[in-house]
Amino acid sequence: MGGLQKKKYESGSATNYITRNKARKKLSLSLADFRRLCILKGIYPHEPKHKKKVNKGSTAPRTFYLLKDIRFLLHEPIVGKFREYKIFVRKLRKAYGKAEWGGVERLKENKPVYKLDHIIKERYPTFIDALRDVDDSLSMCFLFSTFARTGKCHVQTIQLCRRLSVEWMNYIISSRSLRKVFLSIKGIYYQAEVLGQTITWIIPYQFAHDHPTDVDYRVMATFTEFYTTLLGFVNFRLYQTLNLVYPPKLDGQGEISLKSEFEEDYALESESYTEKLSALSASLARMVPSAEEEETELDHFPTEGEDLEKMEVREKMEQEQIKQKKFFEGLKFFLNREVPRESLAFVIRCFGGEVSWDKSLCIGSTYDATDETITHHIVDRPSIDKQYINRYYIQPQWVYDSVNAKILLPVEEYFLGVTLPPHLSPFVEETEGDYVPPEKLKLMALQRGEKPQTEEDEEEEEEEEEEEEEDDDDEEDDQSEEEDEANLAEMEDKRSRGKSLSVKVTPGKAKAENRKRAAEEEKAEEKRLAIMMMKKREKYLYDKIMFGKKRNVREANKLAAKRKAHDDASKEDKKKKKKKC
Amino acid sequence: MEWYKDYPHIGYDLDGKKIFKPIRNKDELDEFLDKMDNPDYWRTVQDKMTGADIRLSDEQVDLVHRLQEGKFGDVNFNEYEPAVDFFSNEVMIHPVTNRPQDKRSFIPSLIEKEKVSKLVHAIKMGWIKPRRPKETTPQYYDLWAKEDPNSILGRHKMHVPAPKMKLPGHEESYNPPPEYLMSEEERLAWEQQDPEDRKLSFLPQKFACLRAVPAYSRFIHERFERCLDLYLCPRQRKMRVNVNPEDLIPKLPKPKDLQPFPTTQSLVYRGHTSLVRSISVSPSGQWLVSGSDDCTVRFWEVSTARCLKTLEVGGAVKGVSWNPNPAVCLVAVSYDDTILLLNPGLGDRLLCTATDQLISSYEEPEEAKDQPVQWAVSEGEGHEQGHRLVLKHPKAVRQVTWHGKGDYLACVMPDNSSNLQVVIHQVSKRRTQNPFRKSKGLVQCVSFHPVRPYFFVATQRYVRVYNLIKQELTKKLMANCKWISSMSVHPAGDNVICGSYDCRLAWFDLDLSTKPYKVLRHHKKALRSVAYHNHYPLFASGSDDGSVIVCHGMVYNDLLQNPLIVPVKVLKGHTITHDLGVLDVTFHPTQPWVFSSGADGTVRLFT
Repeated sequence: MGGLQKKKYESGSATNYITRNKARKKLSLSLADFRRLCILKGIYPHEPKHKKKVNKGSTAPRTFYLLKDIRFLLHEPIVGKFREYKIFVRKLRKAYGKAEWGGVERLKENKPVYKLDHIIKERYPTFIDALRDVDDSLSMCFLFSTFARTGKCHVQTIQLCRRLSVEWMNYIISSRSLRKVFLSIKGIYYQAEVLGQTITWIIPYQFAHDHPTDVDYRVMATFTEFYTTLLGFVNFRLYQTLNLVYPPKLDGQGEISLKSEFEEDYALESESYTEKLSALSASLARMVPSAEEEETELDHFPTEGEDLEKMEVREKMEQEQIKQKKFFEGLKFFLNREVPRESLAFVIRCFGGEVSWDKSLCIGSTYDATDETITHHIVDRPSIDKQYINRYYIQPQWVYDSVNAKILLPVEEYFLGVTLPPHLSPFVEETEGDYVPPEKLKLMALQRGEKPQTEEDEEEEEEEEEEEEEDDDDEEDDQSEEEDEANLAEMEDKRSRGKSLSVKVTPGKAKAENRKRAAEEEKAEEKRLAIMMMKKREKYLYDKIMFGKKRNVREANKLAAKRKAHDDASKEDKKKKKKKC
Repeated sequence: MEWYKDYPHIGYDLDGKKIFKPIRNKDELDEFLDKMDNPDYWRTVQDKMTGADIRLSDEQVDLVHRLQEGKFGDVNFNEYEPAVDFFSNEVMIHPVTNRPQDKRSFIPSLIEKEKVSKLVHAIKMGWIKPRRPKETTPQYYDLWAKEDPNSILGRHKMHVPAPKMKLPGHEESYNPPPEYLMSEEERLAWEQQDPEDRKLSFLPQKFACLRAVPAYSRFIHERFERCLDLYLCPRQRKMRVNVNPEDLIPKLPKPKDLQPFPTTQSLVYRGHTSLVRSISVSPSGQWLVSGSDDCTVRFWEVSTARCLKTLEVGGAVKGVSWNPNPAVCLVAVSYDDTILLLNPGLGDRLLCTATDQLISSYEEPEEAKDQPVQWAVSEGEGHEQGHRLVLKHPKAVRQVTWHGKGDYLACVMPDNSSNLQVVIHQVSKRRTQNPFRKSKGLVQCVSFHPVRPYFFVATQRYVRVYNLIKQELTKKLMANCKWISSMSVHPAGDNVICGSYDCRLAWFDLDLSTKPYKVLRHHKKALRSVAYHNHYPLFASGSDDGSVIVCHGMVYNDLLQNPLIVPVKVLKGHTITHDLGVLDVTFHPTQPWVFSSGADGTVRLFT
């Protein structure tokens, strides 16, 4: 057999991958530029299946890119722009050094700029692709929009981020697509369903940021550059789908109602419009002035059998959803000044409620605290001086919990100064065997339409039950103990009389056979024996799955035990208090 | 001047004659004296041009001082004279220059005019456009207006989309249910863990109201880490195994359908004071013999668990074996280097006397061969007790086993170095053979083929099958285990099971291959003994973990169908003493019962 000898690592997976340094050299870019390019083009390292083979026998830790990806980067026009920019910076530095101010001006005027439109189109060939990936860009834009206008990044970026995030929020309001909200210790999570895609984003609480030193803001800025472009195009398209004007405009009615005397105090003429937009209190202008209540109805297709049933179910779901979309409708909210205005206004407006706040708090308030038609006044302080009789004074958690429960929750638990019920994450979907907190069970019962027992009743019942149980236990214990003791005494007697127990045949009692249990045991044994016959590989997999299951059960049990201990402790406290009283 | 350093002259005069240096005959001493005596020495300078000493005058010294101080040489020079602004902004009556201005400064430039008219013309013609104001705000448009889902690049097929961020659970809430808060010790454990190992990246906290919630200090960090993950983290498509664990369990016939097999412990034979190494059941199934380390052999009635006879022998009993021939009542007992053939005298008297007669009817052959083993007929007290023949071996005997016909008896004397490890005795002729010329490793156990003239020898790793008539090796079975402990041959003769000290039981199908057909790892500890049932499709294995596992092992007559092996019962009863559990298992010859002997000194019957 002739032929050339095959050399190792000259074909196969070793040639499909390229290390980062080699890739950088191939593109002849500096590390920073390479990084930026990777971020913008969405190129990420791949983990090869056989790392040693790809690494040519070495086990050194390296990151590998697909060679195809890198070849693809070679044709990117932005690489040219990077080089131009590098030259620009060099020229500028030289001009500064020579103090040629005219030259500096001229250079600055001709600063090379690049656009990311084509990259966005290339990375997301369809709109749905883009929408699927919009999570991170939203979180990032919301974060950057909260930055102070100093230092860390360009003011324009911050302004752009703010503008885009306000546009997004306005879209969510007008499309009524918010689904879930969650107040976490990190920030506020929102989840919306836009064109069938669930999109989750997080907004930090409104505080000044303590900028960490170990974060590379250049990387973040590059990401933001990309994300703002993406979000801008997504917003444009979304506004188009709703026939809204882009950039957003307040509709005529809203504009008039928002006119107030103190506008000048709050914002400059130039900024007041954007501020009004970001107040989120008025609806947006549409391209085609249409009737508000234009909901798409499911067309009826002549179908048979199962399909019909499915259709019915779907229709029902649809109707329910429509109902849920506006379950705040008709309610008028007033926000006190200590509650997070933007978040609450956003959530309330998303579900069709009307909202306002104190004039001095922010621009865009529509009615006053003295308005008699206000139904809910949201307050986050232990007590309030002047209370109106015809409205509920509630804590902000009520709004969020109601949104997550998709019903108007009873307000009693959320009154001023009342200890709030726990705020549960709406993102957790318990499967079988998971731990479900009792509050969630209660909530599910509420959703099903069952009337909740009042707590006191429950407690009383529980107490009674407990007492009964205790009694029962005592009795049983007594009985059994007595029997045992009698037996023991007998035995001892016998022992003391003669050293060996006399052999005595007594008529045996027919043992009550627990059939069910026997069957269960048999089944368990069968299973055990079958497990013995498993193949090694399957056994390994099986053991792993069972281990995971057991761990889950253990965790659930731990939580349940903790809860029980806590409940017992709190109950005892209550009892003590009662006794003292 | 330094060029003339080494010459007597210091230059040339106009006529080209050398000018000689003045003769200086001052040496160091003169110099020194001069320095001491001459008060003007410090102001004496040597003129290099002439070589003459010059004494500086006072003025000259002064000048030197001034220059040294950086002042002007001239004493009278005032360096701070008031500056007279010669070219000032004030128009003076007398101009600096009296030159009249050019004419060209009064008339418009022609060149400029030309240039301007050109530009004007260009603007008029629309060749020059004013510079567009720079757009600072990005322009958005409908990017996906002409989207074509079919035009997706090939790259997108290789694309591994980044996983979305994990959604928060209840513990991240600002007001979580109390069970999600960490207790004190949990918190300490959390703090001591490395940040990478922590299950939660934050401490769950509870706040009474929304107003009290502070900013999350690691918010920017988390976003940054997400960014890093997006562009730095190597991605790989992983297939998640999504199986129902119940589906992995093989579907086996129900043990209920495979009855009969032993299920419960019904009798315990107590009496031995030390570990019971070996047990054997009589071919009639009525009696059981057990040999123990307390140097006794006990005979039991199977159905009542009553000990009928106890025989003291001279050493710890390693093996007992009842002659499988139902017409003979003989038991082989091995202890130390001896094999005893006993007639227990149990059961049918006719049978016992027939056996005695059979043994006594032996006639000495005419020419006596020298044998490796001494045969002796026991007499006197031994005979009373039932001893019939005593076989003295050169080495300790570990195992005895009968051939199915009951005439031949094989015994194992494990010794790695010699070729005398296995001997076969013929009882009727009182003859002993050493079948092997060479040692092939430490022999663990041997067995006769139930019907054909084959002989199985298990060494540590292999089972060799010899044809006794042809006197050749027919097969070598690879057990795939470290150390075989026991072996049993299926009554049909085509299947062999091997127990090993590394917890495995290997089932060989001799027709199939020399590798195990199946390896079972049911026991947790070393297997000590394995046994087949004579009639029922059952086999059992006893192990150091104190359990006996009974399996259904159906062998089909159809050669194409593989044996069916199903574990049917785990029997527990023996207590573990000195890390030893079950030492021997054997089946009842006719009933689906299994006997096991253990290190706790008991024999147990499971029915």
